Amino acid sequence: MRTRTDVLDAIRAHGAETYPEECCGFLLGAAAPEGNRVAAIRRAPNRRAHHRERRYVITPPDYLAAEREARARGLDIVGIYHSHPDHPARPSATDLAEATFPGYTYVIVAVREGRAEELTAWTLAPDRARFEPEPVAVEDDVNV
Amino acid sequence: MSTTQTLTRIHIPTPLRAYTNHEATVAVAGATVGEALANLVARYPELKRHLFDDEGRLRSFVNVYVRDEDIRYLEGDRTPLGAGDELSIVPSIAGG
Repeated sequence: MRTRTDVLDAIRAHGAETYPEECCGFLLGAAAPEGNRVAAIRRAPNRRAHHRERRYVITPPDYLAAEREARARGLDIVGIYHSHPDHPARPSATDLAEATFPGYTYVIVAVREGRAEELTAWTLAPDRARFEPEPVAVEDDVNV
Repeated sequence: MSTTQTLTRIHIPTPLRAYTNHEATVAVAGATVGEALANLVARYPELKRHLFDDEGRLRSFVNVYVRDEDIRYLEGDRTPLGAGDELSIVPSIAGG
């Protein structure tokens, strides 16, 4: 994916705010042949009733609302982000089991003792068998 | 076949537009949700494995909304479609 520093900082800030619970939200931008461009994020509530420190859920109504808002801004939902409180920034077995469509960028930010640390991006392999690392390119003119 | 068919606009999630010639919405015929989805994947066969499992059921994380209602709470595949109805394909996002 290609994005800006302030977008990555906004994801880190969300993860630090919800610590020790997981944060989650949408990556908004445009799909492009060379990778998703991410121009903004939109926070989503973690709708899990329990165990929000190690699980997250974004409900379809929240997705629909985000999609409508994005469309009104000329943007698309191109990915999802969430945090891993006190866990490494790589997809868990649950992340793989719950994965949706190949083509979304999945960003994970590790948050340790309330401080955001490593941030990584992943994409689901076409055969759904695993997540593959996705390079994160920071360019300060990604506005879609 | 009737000469006046209801066309339903289906909103395609961003990553699946790779299989719809980059169309964000696709208009298909169909009197029910099931017919509309069948016509969609007939037109764009590569979409099928992303929406349906090997038994031909919608994947567990794939939700279909019509008139802002989940078809599971309407009549499922048999939910009738009328003029102006739009379908949205909406993923359930979750993880750990």
